[in-house]
Amino acid sequence: MFEAIAFYLFAFLTIAMFFIAVTTSQALYALTSLAAGMIFISAFFFILGADFLGAVQIVVYSGAVMALYAFGMMFFDTTRDVKEKNGNKYIVVGLSVVSAILVVAIFSAPLVSENITALYPMVEGAGNTQEVGLVLFTKYLVPFEVAAVMLLVAMIAGIVLAGKDMDLSLTLLDDNEIEEIKNKQMKKVL
Amino acid sequence: MEFYLYLALFAPLAGSLFAALFGASPKTIVAGLVPSILLFVSFVSSTVLLVHILSGGAVVHVEMMTWMATGDLYIPFGFVVDQVSVTMMMVVTVVSTVVHFYSIGYMDHDKGFNRFFSYLSAFVFSMMVLVMSDNFAGLFIGWEGVGLCSWLLIGFWYHKESATWAANEAFIMNRIADLGMLVGIFLVYWNTGTLQYEQAFAAMPSLGTDILTLMGIFLFIGAMGKSAQFPLHTWLADAMEGPTPVSALIHAATMVTAGVYLVVRAHPLYDLIPNVGLFIASLGAFVALFAASMALVNRDMKRIIAYSTLSQLGYMFVAAGLGAYWVALFHLMAHAFFKALLFLGAGNVMHAMHDELDPFKMGGLRKVMKGTFIMMTLASVALAGIYPFAGFFSKDLILEVAFVEHHYIIYTVLLFTAGLTAFYSFRLVALIFHGEERYKLFGIHPHEAYKFMLVAMSPLLLLAIIAGSFKMSYFEMVTQVLPELEYHIHHPVTFWIMTIGTQLFVIAAIIFAYRKYANAKVTVPDGTSKIENRLCYKVLSNQYYIPYAYEEYVVKPYRELSTVLWKQVDMKIVDATVDGIAGIIYGTGEKTRDMQSGNLSTMLKWMVAGTVGLLSLAVVFGLAVRYSAEIKAILSGLGV
Amino acid sequence: MEIGLNHYLVLSTILFAIGLIGVMRRKNLLLLFFATEILLNSVNIAFAAISHYYGDLTGQMFAFFVIAIAASEVAVGLGLLIVWHKRHGTIDLDTMSTMRG
Repeated sequence: MFEAIAFYLFAFLTIAMFFIAVTTSQALYALTSLAAGMIFISAFFFILGADFLGAVQIVVYSGAVMALYAFGMMFFDTTRDVKEKNGNKYIVVGLSVVSAILVVAIFSAPLVSENITALYPMVEGAGNTQEVGLVLFTKYLVPFEVAAVMLLVAMIAGIVLAGKDMDLSLTLLDDNEIEEIKNKQMKKVL
Repeated sequence: MEFYLYLALFAPLAGSLFAALFGASPKTIVAGLVPSILLFVSFVSSTVLLVHILSGGAVVHVEMMTWMATGDLYIPFGFVVDQVSVTMMMVVTVVSTVVHFYSIGYMDHDKGFNRFFSYLSAFVFSMMVLVMSDNFAGLFIGWEGVGLCSWLLIGFWYHKESATWAANEAFIMNRIADLGMLVGIFLVYWNTGTLQYEQAFAAMPSLGTDILTLMGIFLFIGAMGKSAQFPLHTWLADAMEGPTPVSALIHAATMVTAGVYLVVRAHPLYDLIPNVGLFIASLGAFVALFAASMALVNRDMKRIIAYSTLSQLGYMFVAAGLGAYWVALFHLMAHAFFKALLFLGAGNVMHAMHDELDPFKMGGLRKVMKGTFIMMTLASVALAGIYPFAGFFSKDLILEVAFVEHHYIIYTVLLFTAGLTAFYSFRLVALIFHGEERYKLFGIHPHEAYKFMLVAMSPLLLLAIIAGSFKMSYFEMVTQVLPELEYHIHHPVTFWIMTIGTQLFVIAAIIFAYRKYANAKVTVPDGTSKIENRLCYKVLSNQYYIPYAYEEYVVKPYRELSTVLWKQVDMKIVDATVDGIAGIIYGTGEKTRDMQSGNLSTMLKWMVAGTVGLLSLAVVFGLAVRYSAEIKAILSGLGV
Repeated sequence: MEIGLNHYLVLSTILFAIGLIGVMRRKNLLLLFFATEILLNSVNIAFAAISHYYGDLTGQMFAFFVIAIAASEVAVGLGLLIVWHKRHGTIDLDTMSTMRG
């Protein structure tokens, strides 16, 4: 009963937040509602017993990703409305609805679910975090490491792309040049 | 002996390749001399082999290498020199050596001198492969090789429309016949499981008559094409468009006799099916008369000789068809010598007359061309079959064969043809060398050919005269492999009556020809004289309207059909389909080019559309899999 | 009124559709990124739900990796966005048409 109430409540909230996020013309509203939606989604994870995933969702999305977006927005002139001149609204909505119906059809029709067997069943009597750790560091160790490397690559890429004067290498310059640059920057600040 | 075999076989190939090196460069005498000398080497090797065989040596049989070995099929490049093939080798090498040396003079002023020798030697090589192979597949290689070289040489002056036309005609006619030959070879393989002569022939007596008859007929169709027998005969006369040495070598002495060689080679087969043999003989007799009649009125020197070749081939087929294989081979040999001589003589005349071919425009040439005159006259005598020249022995034998085998109709036809042969040969000689000097009217100043050309021809002259005296030794040699049938007319009176009668008949024909054409009254026909307007003259001079009929009832309908197929089927269906596919792709590209507007937003929309499409497919296939049993039931209910 | 797997799947689908709408109608690149986050999250819900109802941890594992991918996508995407903004002074999607065919 509580589960049902919680599901419908959060479902309503999530849909509403995300709807605002895609329809509002104010970037700030969109950001805020998106962050809220992310947190509401973590609620589903808790309901479903995926505690660890819920925690990660809050930490990564609401924490890291949203913070990144917030920083990103500071670079751009987001107060100015980007003109959303849409050619045909019906196409947009129509395509989305059709795809939604098709996905629902796939899920609801007894096509897939009949022959699913658990590959890595839940371990009896262990907490969710423990279970996740067990599977993640045994069966999915290699993908985990790959994901880690990917994140590293993404980090470096982000720094390189967003950073200034990245073609300048202080280690390759001699002391006089470094001194010159320092003076120049001091001047700018002053 | 193997060394000589390889030498005889590959020397012409080496010569051909050597001449081909100079193919694109201007005339170099080396390119003519080296192949000729190499051919002489080949000739000497063949002679060594002949001596070996004559002195009772064993048959030389070598297997150079494996050609094909797949499953049960095993075909080697095997060569055999036995009594039959050594005869052919001698004929081929003698005539081709003479023709090569002769051509050095004849082709003197031709731009394609080097090319000519390359082709000519390649021809000799192919011919050697044909006659020396020990299996049907090798024979077929040589068969196609000589066909190719014949095509190259007939169309040697490719800038002449008529030459290319004649070359193509010869090639196509031969292709039609070769199809029959191939079917025959397939039948042999299918039923005996081998293509080696020995094993195939050994397996044949146990086969049914029907299948043997089919084999015989199909192989003979190949022979008909190569030897220009009716109804595939038209190409031979047109093939005279090629240079005259080519006509002498290919279209008189060697290639056209390949058909006879095939029948002789396959004698164990034809012995089993006398009905087919009789058909061959009948056809041969018919062709002998048919070709001789066309030669009577023709006004083209080379064509007259070509028809005479056709006629003599008919004689050979009569002998071969009646089972007298050695007689056929003997006549083949004798005929090769005097016919090549006749052609080379004609070449001299042509040279002298600046490529004029109409004998009516010549006359009285014996004063300027003494050597050629003597040679051609003697060759004609040999052709007519006067004692003691080569033609007498061989041709008389064929007549005897027909008589002894009680085929009196064939005998009569051949006897009559012998008269016709004598008549048209001497009509030609008389028109060219005797009578008024009509060439003066046309402002031509004839001259005798080079001395060395005449010298080169002299071996042929010698052989044309004395070849008949080899008869008995030849008989002894060849009958070691061929059926030993000696024909004797038992009653000496009959024999003498026949021989002397034939001689008298032939001599009468010669005299008649001289009386009619060697006088001063002969003029250049202009189409107005009485004889020219007679029906029979017209029929004969138009070659019985057969080329016309082919043109009208085969070529033209075929062309019509081709046009219809081209316009209706090819353009409207095949091309349209291909173009349609291309058009659809092109059109789709043209239309969907707009999709690539470069606008990311549009692209995203397309992406979503694609997702929708894939999802629908997933649904459809999912349903199809889920309900496959039901779908099958419904489909089977519908009777699909 | 038991909440079943289908409820979650339908919810996930609805969120996915909302995300698609966002992807298609947004012209501001930053907001477009928001829409892609919605798409990824909707899928995560489905993964978690399936994992729960089938007693299988694979779904949660995938949700993890999806989050990792989303994080790196944001990092790289924002970096690119900044570069673009520096060059052109705008992040309007319609200005990006150098791929015109």
